[in-house]
Parts: sequence; C-alpha cells; structure tokens
Amino acid sequence: MIYFNSFIFCGLVCALGQIILDKTNLTPGHITVIFVVIGTFLDVFNIYDKIVLWAGGGALVPITSFGHMLTHGAIQGYNEGGILGLFNGTLNLTSAGISAAIIFSFFFSLVFEPKD
Amino acid sequence: MEDNYQKIVDKHTPKEKIFYNTFIAFITGGIMGVIGNFLIEFYESYMSVPAKEATVCMLITLIFLSCLLTSLGFFDKWVNFCKCGLIIPITGFAHATQSAALEYRKEGLVTGIGVNMLKLSGAVIIYGIIGSFVFSLIRTLVGLV
Repeated sequence: MIYFNSFIFCGLVCALGQIILDKTNLTPGHITVIFVVIGTFLDVFNIYDKIVLWAGGGALVPITSFGHMLTHGAIQGYNEGGILGLFNGTLNLTSAGISAAIIFSFFFSLVFEPKD
Repeated sequence: MEDNYQKIVDKHTPKEKIFYNTFIAFITGGIMGVIGNFLIEFYESYMSVPAKEATVCMLITLIFLSCLLTSLGFFDKWVNFCKCGLIIPITGFAHATQSAALEYRKEGLVTGIGVNMLKLSGAVIIYGIIGSFVFSLIRTLVGLV
C-alpha cells in the first residue's frame, strides 16, 4: 500500500510542476526553487512529517523533501543550541545530498567527455 | 482589427500538449517515488541500515545514478521526454550539477568546474536555506517549537 501512496504523491507533485511549467513562462530552475520553498514552509507546522508517514519514500524523493530537511535541521539545531543552532543545524540533514552531488559530478566530469 | 489579430495568433500558436505532458510527468514521477521507496526498504531489510540512514543511502544512490547516466549521455534525452517527472525529484538537482560540470570542464579545473558547477543548482541551495531560515525563525519567535 505504501508503494501505491508513494506513486500517487510523487506523481502528483511532478504533474503539478509540469502544469506550472506549461502554463507559465517559468524555467525549470524557477519550478525547483518554488518547490523547495514550499517544502520549507510545509515543515513549519509538521505537515510534511505526516506526508512522509503516509507516502514513505515517495515523499522523500521530490525536491520538496530537500526543503523539508533544511527546516527540520534548523529547528532541531534550535532545540539543541538556541539561536546559534539555527545556523549550525540548517545543513545538518541535507549535507549528504549536496556533498554527494558535488563529489560525484566532479569526478565524473574528470572521467567522461561531454556528449554532443 | 486587434481582436482579429489576437484570434489569428491564438489559432496558430502551437498547442502544447499539456494533458499528455502532465500524464507523462505523473507516471514517471510516480515511478521515481516507487523506486525511492523500494531503495529505502531494500537498504533497511537486506543491508540492515537504520531507518534514518536508509533515507540518506537512497538519496545518495539516486544522485549517483543520475550523475552517471548524465555523463554517459542518456539522461538528457530522458529529461526532454519526461520533463518535470525527472526535474522535480532529487535527480534533477544532480542532473543540473553534473551537466554544468561537464559543460565547463574544458575551461579548467578552477575557473571552469569550480566556478560553474553550482550555477544551476545553487539557486535551490540558496533559496532553500533562506526559506528554511525565515520559516524556522518565525516558528521559534511564535513559540511553536
């Protein structure tokens, strides 16, 4: 059942992005930024945590989960270390994703030649 | 006169196949979600990774795959076909980083890769951090913690 939920949720988010992309003049860059900000907002009232419980991996794959983890880390940091924790903890949970993207793309760009 | 002109323009503007595009994005995005969920359960049950780290492992696997497929040249065609089905998931973030790194490779290690790697995906990081800072500050000020 959780597979069905994750299919529905992730599909709906992507379809919504596609409708925005087709109906307006925004570029894919704008769309991803909009969805990250939506994700950061949805974590304020713990809405996204409930979605993660409902949809499992389907809620963790879209870029909204990136924003969700940013806010989650910031609030976790605040609970542990006060205002300084807001700065300390923001990247705590997402650092793996950012580092992985940078590390893999650096080494692959050394190894592979660009196509076309 | 102007009304007629507008009508003619509307008639000849190519109709974007919005329904078709949305359907493709829904299906491919859904498949990405199922793959993500499958990877989490795979890491949890077969590799006995704790639940929180399984999520990180899943994200790293997806980022690795999309970086590899982008540098092999397949991913650009898939993105052209699926559009938001692959841009909205974390694969789009990795794809943007990887394609910028490949494109500017010939301009040198520092001035090419170093300066331009986060050209497209930097926006996601910057606005994500700004947004999360603003919202979590509001939340702490209001006292919702």
